[in-house]
Amino acid sequence: MDQPELSDCAQQLTQILTRHGRDASRLLQILRDVQDACHVISAQAIDLIAVHLAVPRVNVEGVAGFYSFLSTRPVGEYQVLFSGNITDQMLGQDELMQYLCNKLWVEPGKVSEDGLVSIAGTSCTGMCDQGPAALVNGWVLTNLDRNRLDLIGELIRSRKPVAEWPPMLFETADNIRRADMLLGDALAPGAAIGAVLARGARETLAEMDKSNLRGRGGAGFKTASKWSFCHAAIVEEEGHVICDVGGPPERVIVCNADEGEPGTFKDRVLLNSYADLVFEGMTVGARVVGASKGFLYLRGEYRYLLNRLEGVLKRRREAGLLGNAILGQADFSFDIEIHLGAGAYICGEESALIESLEGKRGRPRNRPPFPVTHGYQGRPTVVDNVETFACAAKIAEKGGAWFAAMGTAQSTGTKLLSVSGDVASPGIYEYPFGVTVRQVLADCGAEDPYAVQISGPSGTCVSWKEFDRCIAFEDIPTAGAFMVFSRKRDVFDAVRNFTHFFAHESCGFCTPCRVGTALQQKIIDKIHGGHGTLSDLEELKRLGHLLKTMSHCGLGSSAANPVLDVLAKFPDAFEHKLAGLAFEPAFDLDGALETARKITGRDDEWAHL
Amino acid sequence: MTERQIRLATCSLAGCFGCHMSFLDIDERLFDLVELIEFDRTPLTDIKHCGPCDVGIVEGGVCNAENVHVLKEFRKNCKVLVAIGACAINGGLPSLRNNIDLWDCFQEVYQYEGGLEGGVVPNDPELPLPFDKVHPIYEVVKVDYFLPGCPPSGDAIWRFLTDLLAGREPKLEYEQLHFD
Ligand SMILES: Cc1cc2nc3c(=O)[nH]c(=O)nc-3n(C[C@H](O)[C@H](O)[C@H](O)COP(=O)(O)O)c2cc1C
Ligand code: SF4
Ligand code: SF4
Ligand code: FES
Repeated sequence: MDQPELSDCAQQLTQILTRHGRDASRLLQILRDVQDACHVISAQAIDLIAVHLAVPRVNVEGVAGFYSFLSTRPVGEYQVLFSGNITDQMLGQDELMQYLCNKLWVEPGKVSEDGLVSIAGTSCTGMCDQGPAALVNGWVLTNLDRNRLDLIGELIRSRKPVAEWPPMLFETADNIRRADMLLGDALAPGAAIGAVLARGARETLAEMDKSNLRGRGGAGFKTASKWSFCHAAIVEEEGHVICDVGGPPERVIVCNADEGEPGTFKDRVLLNSYADLVFEGMTVGARVVGASKGFLYLRGEYRYLLNRLEGVLKRRREAGLLGNAILGQADFSFDIEIHLGAGAYICGEESALIESLEGKRGRPRNRPPFPVTHGYQGRPTVVDNVETFACAAKIAEKGGAWFAAMGTAQSTGTKLLSVSGDVASPGIYEYPFGVTVRQVLADCGAEDPYAVQISGPSGTCVSWKEFDRCIAFEDIPTAGAFMVFSRKRDVFDAVRNFTHFFAHESCGFCTPCRVGTALQQKIIDKIHGGHGTLSDLEELKRLGHLLKTMSHCGLGSSAANPVLDVLAKFPDAFEHKLAGLAFEPAFDLDGALETARKITGRDDEWAHL
Repeated sequence: MTERQIRLATCSLAGCFGCHMSFLDIDERLFDLVELIEFDRTPLTDIKHCGPCDVGIVEGGVCNAENVHVLKEFRKNCKVLVAIGACAINGGLPSLRNNIDLWDCFQEVYQYEGGLEGGVVPNDPELPLPFDKVHPIYEVVKVDYFLPGCPPSGDAIWRFLTDLLAGREPKLEYEQLHFD
């Protein structure tokens, strides 16, 4: 029984390796395909891949072990992963997951005995405006309820291939509720590139500079500066190369579509309906910095967009907007390749993303050197967010002054907000920077709002007292998430969800974060379990300081934000849960003896605490 | 002889006594130490219960009900409580059993493994009843200091104690914390 399956996989493996040209930098893509075909990355598969790619076995195993969507132990033929963001939980995700588990006779986190199905949780899938959501074998399911789960249960039991499931289960909506300059009027494909070619690359960089565009991925670095550093990393006139990695000097453009920050889903909408705008922006960037190679790093959760995006790329190549001699310009070639992630939030961090693009574990690099001088395969690399490229295309077309006229002094242009939680109309809202939190809440029909988590777990928790603050780098910077909690919610639940998220997503490279996020989760769970005391709150503050100051990358240094914010702004949310002021054990001492009491049959005085 | 005012107690819970052995590695400095302190309950004195003390040092994690009684007695009586070694701090080696179900553990030991107690699980109240899992001591009582290592070196223990006894905030040099 086992034997044919094994050789079946071996055969598929050879095909997969051939398809990827036995290229070690495509290791992650190869492993994704193996996981798809075999539902496991077996020890034999790892052996074979290592031999064929001529890399040490431990590299292959290391990558296979790093990403959540790869598994070295078999998962079910049907793997259902429920999106575990707080907004999914607010929509009843926990109960739904249990409901499906009961239906299919399987425990959460385990594989059913016949190997048919496994059900577990995963981090936010970016469907917060149409949750609860889940992934089945990597394909996204939205708007789950008991009826849909009944149907899904039937489909799984009757072993219907996922490709033949009713399309309505996989329907996703853009839910664009407010459009401004970015989402408002469409750009004719080629218009921005044409404008760049007419104006010149240096002149376009000057327009970018004038626009004062700042990165939309979170950090808010000025895009024109990043582009000019990347350009300057290879001094063309003298043929002098600062970062000489051998071979012809080449710069690289990377679009960061990892969108892993829970509560953020605007890049998904841009890629679904404005892909031309994004690719156009990347091509503009390529012309300005002098790059010939481009990558779109698409998070694994969005693989359903892959075919569509490949189609757009193909159409653009045919229209002369990608490939050799773009728009007939002999010295302008640039093309874009799409890489899929495999469930790792850390791969949104630009240097981890580059590692992942190279087929490795997503481990943040030491910086400096920064990617602009030493990025993909050591080459000067621009990594920008999806929305940043979309803005760049608009600026190339309409000019820097036009763009700078919108928004505020330090935050020009508009921002896409991904609104979810306790609101009447969740979805995408585009506003000029400077809009107040109160305005957004009014527009989306927030019900009795109490707190808003802006920019996701690593961002800021804004209380009802601060709703007149505004969305801008000068006040509340954001990558786009806007999760609303009404007065009937307990913000502690959100904090608990976020600490679990960070503990799960910590890449494990540095100790302050690997251990710190786990300890933070433990203390929060202790408080949740009714065993917390004041000394635990003190410990949380101490830990938070350690995480902020000692972590290797931004994940660790922001992992304490939700705890510290809520401790400062909603102390009641914690204090109501404390068991007392003095110390309390972290677990139920007597309860932890119950198993042994049962086994030994004892009930004497010494068998209790 | 001057009056020794500082009382020190030590005990080993779910540990291997390695930390205590390391304590003895302070060698001849033990003579200096006993000039400064009086031992209360320790494996050296064979005193069974801890009385009021200034400092209590605990080796090993918490794996059974008896450990809890001892630990709580230490906490109640010691002004300063110190967790010494990986087992007390994190659970350490004994906590490797945390991934094994307690039922499986008992079955393996008493039922499948021949020759023990005629294949029955012992139920004598004299035997400490084990927890589902091994816990670090900070999950059961408040701990004031953590002295890391498996075991911490004699030098590290000496430095820690002399700092503490002199009323300084204990501080270990890098060399005393790493083993490479
Ligand atoms: C843990 C972590 C996760 C991140 N995730 C993303 C992401 O999903 N998308 C993104 O554009 N930037 C993300 N970033 C920011 C990137 O490192 C980088 O700053 C950004 O892609 C630069 O593009 P921009 O200048 O256009 O904002 C993340 C950063 C960290 C530390
Ligand atoms: S801070 Fe966390 S995510 Fe970042 S490198 Fe360290 S362990 Fe990895
Ligand atoms: S920390 Fe090491 S030496 Fe000390 S009790 Fe535990 S195993 Fe033994
Ligand atoms: S996908 Fe469910 S909340 Fe983000």
